[in-house]
Amino acid sequence: MMLIPCPWCGPREEAEFHYGGQAHVSYPADPAALSDADWARYLFFRDNPKGPFAERWNHSASCRRWFNVIRDTVTNEILAVYPAGQPKPVIA
Amino acid sequence: MAEQTLLRQSPLAFAADRLAEVTRATGGAVYIAELPFLTQLNLRLDPKGPAAEAGALELGVPLPTGPGAATSGPAGSDELTVVWLGPDEWLVIGPPGTESDLAARLRSAIGDEHAAVVDVSAQRTTLELSGPRARDLLASGCALDLHPRVFGEGASAQTLLARAQVILVGRRDGAFRVLVRASFAAYLVDWLIDASVEYRVTR
Amino acid sequence: MSQEFRTTSGGRIDRDQAVRFRFGGRDYEGYAGDTLASALLANGVIQTSTSIKLGRPRGIFAAGVEEPNALVQVEEPFPEPMLTATTVELYDGLVARGLPGQGRLANEPDPARYDAMHAHCDVLVVGAGPAGLAAASVAAASGARVVLVDDQPEPGGSLLGTRETGALDWAASVAADLRANPEVRLLTRTTAFGYYDDNYVIAVERRTNHLGAAAPAHLSRERIWRIRARHVVLATGAHERSLAFDGNDLPGVMLAGAARTYVNRYGVRPGRRAVVFTTNDSAYAAAADLLDAGVEIAAIVDARPDANPQWRGVEVLAGHTIARARGEDRVAAVVLDDGREFAADLLLVSAGWNPAGALYSQVGGRLRFDADLGAFRPDGCRQAVEVAGAANGTYPVVGCLAEGTAAGQKAAEATGFTAGQVRPLPTIDERPATPPVHLWALPGDEATQFVDLQRDVTVADIRRATGAGMRSVEHVKRYTTAGTAHDQGKTSGTLTSGVVAHLLGVDVGDLGTTTFRPPYAPVSFAALAGRDRGALHDPVRVTALHSWHEAHGALFENVGQWKRPWYYPQAGEDLHAAVRRECRAVREGVGMMDASTLGKIDVQGPDAAVLLDRLYTNLISTLKVGAIRYGVMCRADGMVFDDGTVIRLASDRFLVTTTTGNAAAVLDWMEDFLQTEWPDLRVRCTSVTEQWATVALVGPRSREVLGALAPHLPVDNADFPFMTWRDTSVAGLPARVCRISFSGELAYELNVSWWDALALWEAVYAAGEPFGITTYGTETMHVLRAEKGYPIIGQDTDGTVTPQDLGMDWVVSKKKPDFVGKRSFARAENARPDRKHLVGLLPDDGATLLPEGAHLVEMETLPEPPVPMLGHVTSSYHSAALGRPFALALIRGGRDRMGERVYAPLGEALVPVTITSPVLYDPEGTRRDG
Repeated sequence: MMLIPCPWCGPREEAEFHYGGQAHVSYPADPAALSDADWARYLFFRDNPKGPFAERWNHSASCRRWFNVIRDTVTNEILAVYPAGQPKPVIA
Repeated sequence: MAEQTLLRQSPLAFAADRLAEVTRATGGAVYIAELPFLTQLNLRLDPKGPAAEAGALELGVPLPTGPGAATSGPAGSDELTVVWLGPDEWLVIGPPGTESDLAARLRSAIGDEHAAVVDVSAQRTTLELSGPRARDLLASGCALDLHPRVFGEGASAQTLLARAQVILVGRRDGAFRVLVRASFAAYLVDWLIDASVEYRVTR
Repeated sequence: MSQEFRTTSGGRIDRDQAVRFRFGGRDYEGYAGDTLASALLANGVIQTSTSIKLGRPRGIFAAGVEEPNALVQVEEPFPEPMLTATTVELYDGLVARGLPGQGRLANEPDPARYDAMHAHCDVLVVGAGPAGLAAASVAAASGARVVLVDDQPEPGGSLLGTRETGALDWAASVAADLRANPEVRLLTRTTAFGYYDDNYVIAVERRTNHLGAAAPAHLSRERIWRIRARHVVLATGAHERSLAFDGNDLPGVMLAGAARTYVNRYGVRPGRRAVVFTTNDSAYAAAADLLDAGVEIAAIVDARPDANPQWRGVEVLAGHTIARARGEDRVAAVVLDDGREFAADLLLVSAGWNPAGALYSQVGGRLRFDADLGAFRPDGCRQAVEVAGAANGTYPVVGCLAEGTAAGQKAAEATGFTAGQVRPLPTIDERPATPPVHLWALPGDEATQFVDLQRDVTVADIRRATGAGMRSVEHVKRYTTAGTAHDQGKTSGTLTSGVVAHLLGVDVGDLGTTTFRPPYAPVSFAALAGRDRGALHDPVRVTALHSWHEAHGALFENVGQWKRPWYYPQAGEDLHAAVRRECRAVREGVGMMDASTLGKIDVQGPDAAVLLDRLYTNLISTLKVGAIRYGVMCRADGMVFDDGTVIRLASDRFLVTTTTGNAAAVLDWMEDFLQTEWPDLRVRCTSVTEQWATVALVGPRSREVLGALAPHLPVDNADFPFMTWRDTSVAGLPARVCRISFSGELAYELNVSWWDALALWEAVYAAGEPFGITTYGTETMHVLRAEKGYPIIGQDTDGTVTPQDLGMDWVVSKKKPDFVGKRSFARAENARPDRKHLVGLLPDDGATLLPEGAHLVEMETLPEPPVPMLGHVTSSYHSAALGRPFALALIRGGRDRMGERVYAPLGEALVPVTITSPVLYDPEGTRRDG
């Protein structure tokens, strides 16, 4: 059971959160302008790295805020937590 | 209006006897009772905007600015409590029957600012939990640190208790308020009563 | 009962308190403070069972949780399988038997309670031996919140098996200090069995097991502790190991340290005459204590060539090893490598110690082979954790105390505390150790040299694995099952690595060890389930009308976590009869239903209409205040996600309803877009699902009932048209009435505060009585909506269905530049003519009720598989209105197949059915306005 540091409520049990998949996959500004291939890439393609991964979490059992986390998928170490909409921090 | 409110039925009206029995069976180690029909307004506004100031002024209670906090005032039967729910969301808790008036006052104070005042008084019911083993009772189903130094009077949290989402508010003298969705109230009470078996006094 | 192997005095047992128990059908006596194993040994019983694969006699081998052999089935007071005799505390009335492997679970429900508790601390110390006590003592003195867990009934750890009275007194005093400290929780009989991310440790406390039938019923028998610690100190000790030689599985072969524990802690001599075989110093302490207790030591076989040839008058055979243990069902003699033979009923073995690194490894800590130690020891972990004492490979008690103290201090300081004054540590007279040698397998018959006693894995088995090409211990483990028994290789794991290395001629350190996974020790499912079972297994959500439904005989259907009335059978009615009656009442008169479970979301703000336009497929912004619109939401992939009604309360305020199961998901969906994609939109969403209770009033006579309840409300079709709402008073209660229909009939939804629901319901019931009002449940609702071809999202759809597939082009806006899902409708996949469409089905015989989920095929006789499938039945009911059964189905190109016959294979038969429009009842919509 990971302890996820909600930027608002502080560290809480993983069970209070919903996972939101890869972060920084924005809803395209003009979907109609995308080719079928690009739209399919937006819909269906996500990274699956071994190591640091920027992902979305929602503190669904409490403040209901979405935020981003960089988590090492090998160790579950959380390397950064930052609000939705902010650029991905550089992890050394 | 008086007649109508007499017909109201709280989600845990049926459980009052069983809850009273808990106090008896545990020799007062655990006290659980429903506080029905408390006024509850969900307030959503920009915490830095003029609406926040106007709302707080109208309530006479500051809006808690950070997580884990609840502000109250003035003590007594008119007491209002404001619980932090999210960075732009609060729950205003007041005495039963004041929801329309309080909502109207808040809306008028906030004026044209972008804010939402939603009456959710019937959405949740409230349990008052106290007694020397109340903290242990909660710790059997709540993952938060409830140590008195960490979660005392004026502390609050939205979290999970057993498998129900609740709002937990620390009160005076080691008491707690547990606000639970009406549809989950019967489950939660069954769970609490079952948890209290541990503290039964045996003769 | 003689207990002839009991010493005359000493031990931590209570000789004044005799305990009667039964094992393997025979009655015995032991003392309070015994384990089942020590009590059996006191009675001369060493063999507990036979082995699982080979049926060889097996005996008590260890004295604690590491025991590989002595599995028992407890039969009374309550059946419990696969416990180890070494960890079952003796109590009066215990009935048990030895197990060759698996046991049996009880057939009757366990009457005991099991529960869980969350705990938080600055410092968690696992293990209350010298290192753990020292650590806890220092941390507690600093003012830190401390939790100390230990699996034994009393603190002391390895000291309990010694005669170190000074150290034992110190341990008792420290334990008393800890118990007196309000910020310390000392949990005995508690095994930490799982160590997870962010210093989350799960332990099981055996609270009343040791009381047997005398356990108080109201106390939980076992408790799961979920401990979140800021810093952890692992002082989990070490397990002694044996090595592979011929006959090393015979009862009477015992770990030397275990024998020492039996004699010191339990006052039991595990045999009369022992041979001691060792590779290190520790077995000498065991030999000394056994000798003093009256056990004859025939010889000490010390594999180290430079060992002193005499020890306390006992011959030490330096540089020698064992060739085999000989005997039928117990050791009778021990044969040395030079052929010499010693008669003995006990062979004490010590081939070194393995630091108990399981918890450390579980959470990702590395274990590195230490060549001097001859074992794997902790070597780095990203958790905030210290390892102290034997768990760290430090075996002398003085060293354990020092390391424990340092670890406690470090943990306290790391969590912001300053170490305080603690009790002076005891002084212990320990001779400096002489280095051990490390042996894994001795020459001999590999088929009788056991590596894993519980799994019956021999050196020969491991040779088969390496012979098959396996080079990794993880592979060998899975191939041979070594280390996979209840004991998870506590005594065999390192030995397996050693034997594999020996056979392959490689270094053990290069080979490594297997990764440990929870649980460290077996845990009962009852404990893990705790109180989350039976009625409390999952929350049951009920509406404000639940007790009314119950009192009026409703049967319930689970919809998500909700209990919804399914139907209200009258005397003698089955589902079919009740639903036919309910349907007829609604179609011909008036019915009422509890619709409170629908999700409800208050959406307000200047941009509320913009948000809803982007999330619904149809146009919402054109909706007039006072009006209602049905809407569909899709995911970005264009598949239907939810549907419901949108009520416009004001220019900047809407009330949105969702399906029962999707209330939270839809709110999350809205918040997701508002918070992450369109933070510029000024919209606030608030769940009001349980603020409003909803009663559906449905049927041609519903207007009359409403009129009676709300005399001031104009209810004519012109005054209160379809898809509008009114805030009014119904039965004197403030109410919002919506003219919505999910049945095709004239209908209203009456919304009141949740706490007014019962008052409203009873008023409607009473007002409807002259009209024969009938309560109905979800089954009737489903029939009525299906007759109209209204899909249920999640029943008639499955995440692969678009609005167009449902025949709902009309709900997809052509005007809006974009909405979530729109772009996907232009994908080639969505234009395929053979997509599955929602259609109606009429069984040709007018009688067969198709099962939901039934497949549909094109051909009259089934070809060889694979059979091409056309689709499947999604909803199927008897229809009172149609006088026949009907179904909804998703069928490839279904809309282009109207009137075609397809087949549903049911058992041996193929049932012919005809494809029709999904709207089978009142296709003109004439009934809507009454």
